[in-house]
Amino acid sequence: MKTRFATVTLLASAAALAGCKTTAPDVLPPDPGATTTQTDTTNTLPAGPQLGTNEHFVNSVNGQNIIYFDTDRYNIDSADIPALQSQAQYLMQYPNISVTVEGHADERGTRDYNLALGERRANATKNYLVSLGVPAGRIQTVSYGKEQPVALGSNEQAWAQNRRAVTVVIN
Amino acid sequence: MKLLRVFAILLLLPAPVAAQDLGDPVEPVTSVETAFEDEDEGLTGGEVIDELAMQNLSIAIASFATDRDVSTPANGNGTAALGNELARVVFNDLKNNGLFKPAGPDSLPKPTYAQITAPNWPSWSNRGTDMLVHGYVRARGDGRLTVGCYLYDVTLQDELARAGWVVPPRDWRRAAHKCADLVYATLTGESPFLDSRIAYIAETGPKDKRTKRLAIMDSDGANHRFITTGRSTALTPRYSPDYRRLLYLSYTDGNPRIYIYDIGTGRQTLVTQSTNPTFAPRWSPDGKWILYSMAVAGNTDIYRVSAEGGPSIRLTNTPGIDIGGSYSPDGSKIVFESDRSGSQQIYVMNSDGTDQKRLSFFGGRAATPEWSPRGDQIAFTHIAGNFRIAVMSPGGGGLRHLTDSWQDEAPTWAPNGRIIQFFRTTRNSGTTALWQVDLTGRNERKLPTPVDASDPAWGPILP
Repeated sequence: MKTRFATVTLLASAAALAGCKTTAPDVLPPDPGATTTQTDTTNTLPAGPQLGTNEHFVNSVNGQNIIYFDTDRYNIDSADIPALQSQAQYLMQYPNISVTVEGHADERGTRDYNLALGERRANATKNYLVSLGVPAGRIQTVSYGKEQPVALGSNEQAWAQNRRAVTVVIN
Repeated sequence: MKLLRVFAILLLLPAPVAAQDLGDPVEPVTSVETAFEDEDEGLTGGEVIDELAMQNLSIAIASFATDRDVSTPANGNGTAALGNELARVVFNDLKNNGLFKPAGPDSLPKPTYAQITAPNWPSWSNRGTDMLVHGYVRARGDGRLTVGCYLYDVTLQDELARAGWVVPPRDWRRAAHKCADLVYATLTGESPFLDSRIAYIAETGPKDKRTKRLAIMDSDGANHRFITTGRSTALTPRYSPDYRRLLYLSYTDGNPRIYIYDIGTGRQTLVTQSTNPTFAPRWSPDGKWILYSMAVAGNTDIYRVSAEGGPSIRLTNTPGIDIGGSYSPDGSKIVFESDRSGSQQIYVMNSDGTDQKRLSFFGGRAATPEWSPRGDQIAFTHIAGNFRIAVMSPGGGGLRHLTDSWQDEAPTWAPNGRIIQFFRTTRNSGTTALWQVDLTGRNERKLPTPVDASDPAWGPILP
């Protein structure tokens, strides 16, 4: 009931904010783990990442396992929808896969607030995936606040990369 | 619908949860025994003293004498050498906190044991000394130490205050802090603050892979101890008013959760047996209540639970992030942070959650409010471009900025409400350090810590 209400709200706010585009980072952070795979393909089969690994998920969604947010915001806007649709499709295709959505904030916030904000972003992401048909029980959330930046500078570009929700397959 | 409702019956289980991130337990705090009564009650007025006049008062802290130089576990060179160290600690307490114009034992003549109660007045007045601190240390038959502390007015040739303490050798520095507190409290009329401890987060490693450990130290940085090993991230500690426990956030089970760590036993329990993430732990001034914030389906509210366990009561119920919370000294009100208006602002409510009102109307965002132990000010982080430490009155007026740097946050009050510590983050590098500033905005200084440091929490005066 509550989830459904949240979903409606999210869709409404997504529509309302369709014109207000998220400042997507100019440089995307590297896909976690995606670079280390191709090395030991010895011969015969084109052995890609195994189903059930995060690599398999990241490859399948073409690196769209991360969505980005505006300062202090947690709404899912139109720019994020293709990524979340792609994530949802994957999760519908593989019903045994569970994920954790990690919510993050940039360094320009106070510690406690950023923890709560990261949790809110992770939940907004989760709710959107649920609205697309993924069972809520397969999606965990965790907030890292400002504790785990991927971009290390102290500038708008770095902060935009760090305000993110990352969907990760848990083994 | 009732504003307050019992959220759930969530009992604190006595059994410790998996404590895989904890180091060896540290010594619990013991109270210091008074050796003789202070004959002069000192000044007790509530007036704020004239800081500039105070800084012109010259004060000599001479080496503490000993009746006979014997060996002591407190100092490898015996009680005479310990006497000099005691005076150094008193000197550094005053100097580092910008109090008076102190001169330390290394630049002063050493009084004899007999001179401790009968100062050589001409020699001190010839040096232009206004105030004089003498002291002694004596090894007792039971292995403990007696430390005496005397404050004299050189011009009046009169004793202003005296006190003595009996301490185990490992607590010798506490006697020196108590002496510095006696000098400070007698001369200013303020409450003491130096014999106290600080919990904080020790940080090492690169910006994207920081190791964050719970650590504790004396107010001057001595007796530093790590509580956690650093295997999982620890954040936002708070000392209980009796120093027996620490509240802090740990990712030890993979999720952010508040733990209650018992310093004596080295064991810890969850603040609430919930799978929801919990943040921002706080104690009530009497130590009977714990405030924590919990996110349920992304929505964060403030809860209160008895420090002995039992049901949690939800105090806020607006959509959005309600977080933190700091009690007024009498425990009747709580100042907290909420983004219900669209951005982080400071609100106040009764301690039962009723009558919630916004306090901050300054422009920018206002975060991490902390009520002064004196009750007269609220310190907070003002975010408007830079992150600055600021204070305001409990009614929301009288905004004053105390610092101006790229990112200063998380103020914590000295036990007497005269000094604020906070942490400062350096742009780009992300390095952090503890700093302090007094209420005038002067005497800003960096605290010495073994590694980078954040999230300071200053405890009350030690027992």
